[in-house]
Amino acid sequence: MTTIDDTSTAGPSAVVPHATPVLQARGLVKTFGRVVGLDGVDLALYPGEVLAIIGDNGAGKSTLVKCLTGAEVPDQGEILLDGEKVHFKRPQDARAAGIETVYQTLAVSPSLDIASNLFLGREVRRPGFLGKVLRLTDQAGMRESARRELRELGISTLQDVTVPVENLSGGQRQAVAVARAAAFGSKVVVLDEPTAALGVRESGQVLELVRTLRDRGIPVIIISHNMPHVFEIADRIHVQRLGRCAATITPQSHSMTEAVAIMTGAAQA
Amino acid sequence: MTTTTATADPAAEFLDRRSPLERARGVLHRYPALSPAIVLVLSVIVFGQLNDRFLALSNLSLITQQVAVVGTLAAAQTLIILTAGIDLSVGAVMVLASMVMAQVASGSGAPPVLALAFGLLVGMACGALNGFLVTRLKLPPFIATLGTFNVFTAVALLYSRGATVRGGDMPAVMTWTGTTFPVFGVRVSTGVLLMLGAYLVLAVALSRTAWGKHVYAVGDDKDAARLSGISVNRVLLSVYLSAGVILALAAWIQIGRANAASPNVGVDMNLDSITAVVIGGTSLFGGRGVIWGTLLGALIVGVFRNGLSLAGLDVLYQTLAVGVLVIVAVSLDQWIRKVRK
Repeated sequence: MTTIDDTSTAGPSAVVPHATPVLQARGLVKTFGRVVGLDGVDLALYPGEVLAIIGDNGAGKSTLVKCLTGAEVPDQGEILLDGEKVHFKRPQDARAAGIETVYQTLAVSPSLDIASNLFLGREVRRPGFLGKVLRLTDQAGMRESARRELRELGISTLQDVTVPVENLSGGQRQAVAVARAAAFGSKVVVLDEPTAALGVRESGQVLELVRTLRDRGIPVIIISHNMPHVFEIADRIHVQRLGRCAATITPQSHSMTEAVAIMTGAAQA
Repeated sequence: MTTTTATADPAAEFLDRRSPLERARGVLHRYPALSPAIVLVLSVIVFGQLNDRFLALSNLSLITQQVAVVGTLAAAQTLIILTAGIDLSVGAVMVLASMVMAQVASGSGAPPVLALAFGLLVGMACGALNGFLVTRLKLPPFIATLGTFNVFTAVALLYSRGATVRGGDMPAVMTWTGTTFPVFGVRVSTGVLLMLGAYLVLAVALSRTAWGKHVYAVGDDKDAARLSGISVNRVLLSVYLSAGVILALAAWIQIGRANAASPNVGVDMNLDSITAVVIGGTSLFGGRGVIWGTLLGALIVGVFRNGLSLAGLDVLYQTLAVGVLVIVAVSLDQWIRKVRK
């Protein structure tokens, strides 16, 4: 029952087994006092795939993602981005390296408009004296880029980028958050429970958006409790249990019931 | 969002089924300066009907001069309130800065530019202290500035030994802000122009720079701002420092307006400044409001005070009217903020 079979080191069982992982973690250990959050986790994210991370509460999903996105610094182990070792001390480091995270608590500013939210924290200045000396931002340019980005992502319901985000529905806000993560040439997009607060149709829109990201070549890590969503969207599923990777499965190789069994320790992969 | 809306007609949510009242609320929500603008226009019309002298150019000019000091304080207050803070010390900072300016200018024989520079430094130092207490010691702005309000008031009295410095004892530059010059027959005061200049600079900075967006974002949702890569503490500190600069300007305008620097006048102006901000449609919860609204708010208070006094009512009715205005403005803000989709 309690034996943990770590299969992820052998490489993924599907999709693109020969490519170099975009993002890879080896032997990540993270302890909080006497509590072991991560106990030697390996993870690999390959180009053009959607990797879901599932696991029971306390299995280490959040800690794993926090280590990958710079919100926590692992005690041991290494993280490789495009095969190169990286050390993230802060979330900004991971973002600068191209790992964008959409947090469960949407990091959008409700009273700012859509365009301002897309560019929040990396505003574009106007060229010449106005931008360099007076530090004025290029409003028109940012709005145009925002429109283009949303159109390319197929978010047709967001026509007017000057609308404050608080006037949007939950799904649209999630779409803004995802669009922001995808907008700046990012290498990896991490979504933490993107459908947790959404209704059926809005969840569908967000999952569609995830597919669009993947089709544009951006690999996505998605953390979710929602098994139907995970099985609908994921190419591979990383099952986290007791601080380790219990198995890496695919929606084809295992059923939902089997996945839950691995997650709870009732079965092995 | 529940499953009921998802299973309903997909087109339903795009149909505008709001009542006219809800639609009006949506517009007021989107343009926070609109409601104070309407109130200002209406009050000018009403007071103009009540008394012929109200609309006289000389009287309108007087109103702007009466508003100049509080209006400048309120500009600084708006910055702080946009970050979901509040500054109870604005009046005290202004008084302290004006006392330093006046003492340096009158006593030491130093050039007036140096006196202004010292006042500016005092304003910035006070702002830096407030910012330090809020960002480093993590004190709620209300408590931090309640403390510094008392500290600055006491320091101003100790420093000046409670004595007023008369305008005649200072170089003319110090009271230059009180001078007026005619523009098409209207007396315009230099202090009013300086105040308008401060509003213009703030308006551009808040709406056209990244810093401005960050001020709104920090006031809106601190955690979201942090996750967006904004250094929240740096933004807050810059806001309190900028407020200090504006308060030093207010100190100069106050010296010109009163033709004196007194440690006892203006300490209570912090509440007047908050009143102007609130009437101007800026939300005390942060992240919402425009700087021009505050100017309108300050003008509304000035129009009410002037109009009621011209109507021959006791000064207490002015206070009463301003109190009612504040309550109405905040109630309106609460109602407007309920807009969600």
